[in-house]
Amino acid sequence: MANLEKYSYDVVVIGAGGAGLRAAVEARDAGLSVAIVCKSLFGKAHTVMAEGGAAASMGNVNDNDNWMVHFRDTMRGGKFLNHFRMAELHAKEAPDRIWELEMWGALFDRTKEGKISQRNFGGHEYPRLAHVGDRTGLELIRTMQQRIVALQQKDLRETGDAEKNLKVFAEVTITEILKENGKVAGAYGYRRESGEEILFEAPAVVIATGGVGKTFKITSNSWEGTGDGHALALKAGANLVDMEFLQFHPTGMVWPLSVKGILVTESVRGEGGILTNSLGERFMFKYIPDVFKDKYADNEEEADRWYVDQDNNRRPPELLPRDEVARAINSEVKAGRGTEHGGVFLDVSKRLSAEIIKKRLPSMWHQFYELAGVDITKEAMEVGPTCHYVMGGVEVEPDTAAAVGVDGLFAAGEVAGGMHGSNRLGGNSLTDLLVFGRRAGMGAVEYVKSHGANPVSDATISKAAARIEAPFARTGGENAYSLHQELQEITHNLVGIIRTGEELKEAIVKIADIRKRSANISVTGDRKFNPGFHLAFDLDNMLLVAESTAKSALLREESRGGHTRDDFPGMNSTWRQVNHISSFDGEQVSIKAQPLPVLPKELFDLFDIHELEKYMTPAEIAKGGSN
Amino acid sequence: MADFTVPALTRIWRTLDKGSRLLLMATGVFSQGRAKITERTLRTDKWWLQPLITFSVLIAFIFYATLRAFENANYFAEPLISPFYSPCLSDACVPGSSLLGHLFPIFHVWGMTFSPALFILIFPLGFRMTCYYYRKAYYRSFWMSPPACAVAEPHAKYTGETRAPLIMQNMHRYFFYAGLVFNVLLTTDAILAFRNSEKQWGHMSVGTLVLLANATFLWFYSLSCHTCRHTVGGRLRNFSKHPIRYKAWTLVSKLNHYHQNFAWVSLIGVALADVYVREVATHAITNWYFF
Amino acid sequence: MTRTLKLRIWRGDDKTGGLQDVTVEANHGEVVLDIIHRVQATQMGDLAVRWNCKAGKCGSCSMEINGKPRLACMTQVASYPEDEVITITPLRAFPVIKDLVTDVSFNYKKAMEIPTVSMPEGVKPGEPRMQQIDVERSQEFRKCIECFLCQDTCHVIRDHEENKKSFAGPRFFIRIAELDMHPLDTLRNRKKTAQEEHGLGMCNITKCCTEVCPEHIRITDNAIIPMKERVVDEKYDPLRWLGSKIRKREGIL
Repeated sequence: MANLEKYSYDVVVIGAGGAGLRAAVEARDAGLSVAIVCKSLFGKAHTVMAEGGAAASMGNVNDNDNWMVHFRDTMRGGKFLNHFRMAELHAKEAPDRIWELEMWGALFDRTKEGKISQRNFGGHEYPRLAHVGDRTGLELIRTMQQRIVALQQKDLRETGDAEKNLKVFAEVTITEILKENGKVAGAYGYRRESGEEILFEAPAVVIATGGVGKTFKITSNSWEGTGDGHALALKAGANLVDMEFLQFHPTGMVWPLSVKGILVTESVRGEGGILTNSLGERFMFKYIPDVFKDKYADNEEEADRWYVDQDNNRRPPELLPRDEVARAINSEVKAGRGTEHGGVFLDVSKRLSAEIIKKRLPSMWHQFYELAGVDITKEAMEVGPTCHYVMGGVEVEPDTAAAVGVDGLFAAGEVAGGMHGSNRLGGNSLTDLLVFGRRAGMGAVEYVKSHGANPVSDATISKAAARIEAPFARTGGENAYSLHQELQEITHNLVGIIRTGEELKEAIVKIADIRKRSANISVTGDRKFNPGFHLAFDLDNMLLVAESTAKSALLREESRGGHTRDDFPGMNSTWRQVNHISSFDGEQVSIKAQPLPVLPKELFDLFDIHELEKYMTPAEIAKGGSN
Repeated sequence: MADFTVPALTRIWRTLDKGSRLLLMATGVFSQGRAKITERTLRTDKWWLQPLITFSVLIAFIFYATLRAFENANYFAEPLISPFYSPCLSDACVPGSSLLGHLFPIFHVWGMTFSPALFILIFPLGFRMTCYYYRKAYYRSFWMSPPACAVAEPHAKYTGETRAPLIMQNMHRYFFYAGLVFNVLLTTDAILAFRNSEKQWGHMSVGTLVLLANATFLWFYSLSCHTCRHTVGGRLRNFSKHPIRYKAWTLVSKLNHYHQNFAWVSLIGVALADVYVREVATHAITNWYFF
Repeated sequence: MTRTLKLRIWRGDDKTGGLQDVTVEANHGEVVLDIIHRVQATQMGDLAVRWNCKAGKCGSCSMEINGKPRLACMTQVASYPEDEVITITPLRAFPVIKDLVTDVSFNYKKAMEIPTVSMPEGVKPGEPRMQQIDVERSQEFRKCIECFLCQDTCHVIRDHEENKKSFAGPRFFIRIAELDMHPLDTLRNRKKTAQEEHGLGMCNITKCCTEVCPEHIRITDNAIIPMKERVVDEKYDPLRWLGSKIRKREGIL
């Protein structure tokens, strides 16, 4: 291609959310040249949607907190399917990542002593979430964005060119990770504005593309959550791990239709919101699983007391991990005790004054008032589960965030798997972005320093270019919008919050069918900012993700965290020892079982043995961790 | 020879179609590269109503105030003095109306006695002219810069408050200080109105209430002012080190929310207070005493 | 529940374009962005529009609806009378790229011109102590979702293209105010540069930025006017200027 836009960098970061920006900062700080590529404008990444806060055991509010408690909570929340090393690194490094944000200009809410304030959240033993009202994600993305600008200003002072070594390529879609000699050589894509193609040559690529929510019909994710990174990694020869685990956030808006799925932050429950069904019953007391019986109150009096005295009372069951609450709401609605619009009631107006609600939950108040005409200081909200987060993702080396199987490829944030096991705790996502974003940056730096450039060949370029041209060459083919809708119906109905073997098999067949038809998508109009054209590529990614999820889900014959099988309702300790690894051969996704890394002794010993007995087989308990 | 006279250019202009005219005026929303839309605004609401009301009320007030300032009569009826004429500082003041004595001799301009109101009106006028709220009001309604949000303004050039005379807006705080002095004086006038026409204390009339209300509105207007908010605490970086000023700032901030309302109420209040005093002074009505 | 909606959508690019009539169904409770998506999926597959979160949190779907700068995701269809034709155009202060998408790079350039926070030397991560009341003012400005509606509506640049080079716009005045009010920021020339480099004096406080802000940030009252007052302290108030000179001298002695 004569007019192909070409760039050469040390590191290309795909995705400008929290993880991508943190990786870019790390790599640039180490002296490397970095390109940040994102599908939206700079600063619009889905990270802005995170509301509640960022979990880090700083112990500012309760000084009993430390990394070990945080580690235990994370493992518990993930039902011990987490990669222990990731959970360990996360718990240990999270406080430093938060403090660093403050040095870069973040202004968190404060305690009386002037430290960063921390709030309660589901599954966290102590108040642990650093927050700014209910717009913590916005604070994080803006701080990172401004840090990038600070680095560019430094480059401007030193070199006269702000964008010489650190440049943001906004509104660019990457369609392929390029490889030469079996190693990463760059990335190929097109500018969304003009449709013109763009090549990045780089020995290291960090994928930080976030989630897959748009594969589902009801989701809190924006249009960007189309599993791009998952698919790019798969196609580049990397693996995905545990794609059956999807978190359905228990509280999404359910009414009016146009806002269905939009998130209602967990802080509403953290601040004292209670869940009731249409009979007015506070139903969560019925749904406390055995493994959590000693940590959660089984009566209203104790639950209410907890808000004032946390040391001597058990937590209210509204603050159970998200998977438990989502399932409970789902059961209530299925049993006919739901609201008119198929949700349950969430009410914070009875516990807090209007003034405090508006101060602590400003964007929630705003969101309900403007989008649903509901004043949450006076009335209850109607909420129901919404697809929120994918625990599964690219299989990585915990310390370097290097993708297993592909030299030069790194992944961090939601797109990486392992950290959260079968279910993520609220608040762990934002610190995950920062901890592993930084580690991916460090990993890339290390890799580039030891490997050097890996030029892209013309043959590789033409192959990538041909793929982009294809949908324009066809006429009268399939419509990307309708295929996307069909896919969302299938995933919603057959791969949703409650699954069965039969339905999953049906889903796999149907997804394969759509995939076949999608090869025949045609696009109207030209290349210039053409959403139909953009969707054609996003859809391809979503189909791979859906296939991987359905197939992994079919194999896992148990219910755990974000994976619930109606035909296998219980948790099974044998299944805990298994990770599902997805790989792609160019035709279809195949899944293999892989043993989960064994908890080392020093981490094993952090737990009460009776707690571990609920999750592990007697043989594992007898062994007492690895040495 | 090309004809560059105004009529000639106007004739040429009239022959052009809308598109060509836009191209020639290519600035603002009609600039090169922006979406080609021929309307100055696509607003469908009555965006012109607000500036029209503001314009009318302000014009009415200016008209009345000018008449009264030059009238040089009917501003004092023991114990009531019109806010337009207080403090009355010239030898021309009617007996009993001068609280602070006479600073200025009588002089004449074009055969007319220079009204005592004119010595002092500059201060309240300046305070209101440089007020952050009134600036918005008259920039929008008089200067149409802009007439309403997202409605293209009719000016080719715009420099804002960066050069003379508008750079003088930065003197707002001095007018604010002067305004405080006036508030004290007008409050004194209201207190003096607790007397009867024989200067005996312990009486109260409708006029007392009128002057009291006027002074109160003026206090609210001054204390809710942006400069006041800045002075009491807004300029501080760390509130926590100045708890009392923080309290004051919080209070003024609350008032500041209603600065616009106080601006109008106090403006109309001044005019009505003056009307009342004039009516009493001309014996059109009697100042009714409660006791 | 459904109603038939008449729209006029601006379509075109930087060279040509115009309003096109569209008729489309709307459901109860839908916002303008839903309608645009329906038009996209059923009638105009290549209609260009920016959007992300569809919850008023990311500030992507900025456009002008019936002439008013708004977020399409926060504009209820029901807020328009049954018989009203809804006119949708791109932002009119910025160059258009295609249809409802404009080139907002102006804003990113301005962001680059404002020095970021400068923390005191010697303060280590985890050490800063700030009181809630001291961070609250800046926190209000950090609510900004960068939808750039304030920039779009500001007549200083909307109506005067030539001012773009010398005027940062409301979004960046709140950024400067945020930093000037930051309890720990050490950069002391922000007031001076606000006036001399970023065009604070161009603002005539006509408050359109505040009117359009979807986050309800009180841009004019809480950021621009306080900054103007701070500029007066430093540049136009002879008494304060004198005071600062004397105090400085005391500092040296």
